[in-house]
Amino acid sequence: MPGSSIKRMVSQGWGWIAAAAWVWFWPELAHAGGLGDTGLQWPGWQELLRVLTLRDYNTRVVIVGTTLLGLAAGLSGTFLILRKRALLSDTLSHATLPGIALAFILMTVFFGDGKSLIGLIAGAAVFAVLGTGSVLLIERYSRLKDDAALGVVLSVYFGLGIAIMGIATRMETGNSAGLTSFIYGKTASMLLSDALLIAVTAFVAALLCLLFFKEFSLVCFDADFALTQGWPVARLDFFMMSLVVVVTVVGLQAVGLILVVALLIIPPSTARFWSRRLSVMLVLSAVFGALSGMIGAAISALMANLPAGAVIVMTASSLFFFSLVFGTNGGLLQMALDRWRLGKKVMHENLLRELYEWQEIAAQRSGAAADAARIDGPRLEELLPRRSWSFHDLQKGLRQLIRRGWLRLSPEGRYVFTPDGLLQARAVVRKHRLWEAYLIAYADTAPGQVDWGADTIEHVIDERIIAELEAGLPDWTPKAVPESPHELIRSGV
Amino acid sequence: MSNLSESENMADAGQETAPIWINDLTVAYHRKPVLWDVNLVLPEGKLVAVIGPNGAGKSTLIKAILGLVPKATGDIRIYGRSYEAQRRLVGYVPQRESVDWDFPVSATDVVAMGLYGKIGWLKPVSRRHREQAVEELRKVGMEAYADRQISQLSGGQQQRVFLARALAQDAQVYFMDEPFAGVDVATEKAIVALLKELKTAGKTCVVVHHDLQTVTTYFDHVVLLNMRVVAAGPVEEVFTEENLKKTYGGKLTLLSQALHKYAQQPGIGTGGTKGGHR
Repeated sequence: MPGSSIKRMVSQGWGWIAAAAWVWFWPELAHAGGLGDTGLQWPGWQELLRVLTLRDYNTRVVIVGTTLLGLAAGLSGTFLILRKRALLSDTLSHATLPGIALAFILMTVFFGDGKSLIGLIAGAAVFAVLGTGSVLLIERYSRLKDDAALGVVLSVYFGLGIAIMGIATRMETGNSAGLTSFIYGKTASMLLSDALLIAVTAFVAALLCLLFFKEFSLVCFDADFALTQGWPVARLDFFMMSLVVVVTVVGLQAVGLILVVALLIIPPSTARFWSRRLSVMLVLSAVFGALSGMIGAAISALMANLPAGAVIVMTASSLFFFSLVFGTNGGLLQMALDRWRLGKKVMHENLLRELYEWQEIAAQRSGAAADAARIDGPRLEELLPRRSWSFHDLQKGLRQLIRRGWLRLSPEGRYVFTPDGLLQARAVVRKHRLWEAYLIAYADTAPGQVDWGADTIEHVIDERIIAELEAGLPDWTPKAVPESPHELIRSGV
Repeated sequence: MSNLSESENMADAGQETAPIWINDLTVAYHRKPVLWDVNLVLPEGKLVAVIGPNGAGKSTLIKAILGLVPKATGDIRIYGRSYEAQRRLVGYVPQRESVDWDFPVSATDVVAMGLYGKIGWLKPVSRRHREQAVEELRKVGMEAYADRQISQLSGGQQQRVFLARALAQDAQVYFMDEPFAGVDVATEKAIVALLKELKTAGKTCVVVHHDLQTVTTYFDHVVLLNMRVVAAGPVEEVFTEENLKKTYGGKLTLLSQALHKYAQQPGIGTGGTKGGHR
């Protein structure tokens, strides 16, 4: 069907144009928002240029790190939401806090300095696994359902973490100053080695996600089937969740444990508004994640008092809301447009049928050869009483049909079919009566009632259904417009 | 039970050669038995219907054979060897409701999953595999929908996609869980035609079925199941009113009530019988 693919191209086209426009106007919108009055320090041009051109080595590494983090989160997050485990990731990220605090205390006691990122991440990972294990245990051995289990584990571990954190910050030694950045995320406190660690780990996690694309998608779609084929589903599942844990814990310092879940869930949710294909969705999710990480870290580097985690999430959610509205796969605007198009189509088809039937009746009346095509069409006021349409809508519809070249207005004020319009009207009436005949034959509908039944459904019948209808009705002459099985509405004729 | 020794002989005879040989299979969810002492030998190249009331363990029987639910006791052989050793000979059509049809994949993508076993670890799905997937879709009359996202298909069309995926597995024995449930006439016809074709090719199909009226026309063999095997054999011999009464009659209500009570005791499992293992 070339028509539909062209339509799709057009609708995708305007989506991309809108996306470009949005990116273009973004700085103006940000300024217009009046953020300048809130005490935030806007960067000077010098600084802006320095960050944007990545001239500063530290900034460059941090931005590359968060970009790769967003990329990895977008990829592993896609499988996470397809496995329907979005909330599990929230629980496991909160569960890392006691791990971070305990690791800090242990390292302070044994080495005098508790701020080695590798050590903290290791502690976080252990508790992420413990938290996930607790959820599974509660689900299996108690009467609690999974949502309650997730809530319990999240709050218990987070509460425990806050408590241990309180102890950690009161320690005499160890310099606990940067610890809270794990809760809210702060790129400013990142060391160069931290950023490198994040970048490398995220890159490896992203690669693994792509490498296991086939296996992960199979497990996400149909785990039982995968099991019958001999795939080690439990191990693949564990591996998939491990990648999520890895992305979560390396993302803690940049985004913070409260918000890291956003980086895992928002990009794939955004991608769903643009594609129905897993491969495309995965790429888009990675791009959205990477963009969020990059833009977020850059803005945060420019404005020291904006925490990176929050800015990254704000960026991700702007992309999400944009897609929610303009997305070509179930976006709000697209759905509204579809509804509007259907409404217009219904109006046009109704008009064509009423015009045609008016002519049929008029032809019968005049006693001439009962050929509707030979009769001049009705006037506007003759059409008006035939349906419950307003004068305004009717006039608009007729004008649209004239513009489409299906009708013309005769000097006497009559609406006359063009040859094209007559063909269209025949097809519409035929579809309507075909459906009526089907209802009478198969659904035991009384002839007097089929009109209404056909009226609502005929507009969505396509060629394939028409062919099936014809096949199901033996005494049906191809191409011809049959007589109506019921009395036609005579008002206005 | 005069035919006990007879069936035991049959069991021994089929152990090495029968496509499906089951001895003394018991399956329990949370200690509540769902299948009880099932002995079954199914012949090669036949269309076998598994029928029985709701909760009779029809799906569980198939899942136990495929290793999807753990068995409490019992021995299952596919052509004389364990299922694990014979995976390549087995195709599976799960219940349609068992997956999320909003998943972002096309009909071809789903069918290609039947080839993943052949493709192997980490290798991508090649163009040749996709062409084969479309070929399998053609066999169920779905080639026109090859690129459709699966949520845009009707229930019957989705069912046919599942069948095509099992065909892609190119198996000797097919297990189908309620393929006729809630499908349109066109799909029902397509499935029946497909079953006949599989039979002609010498394949064995075990189909969980719920429509008693079509058993005699669609199938050669029938297994009447209600927690245990009430009867099994050729349709003309076994599909009798008496056996149906035994299968669907209320005689077992006392047993299931007692088991229900038992399962409700503190310290004994929780949860329902459906779902199984993930």
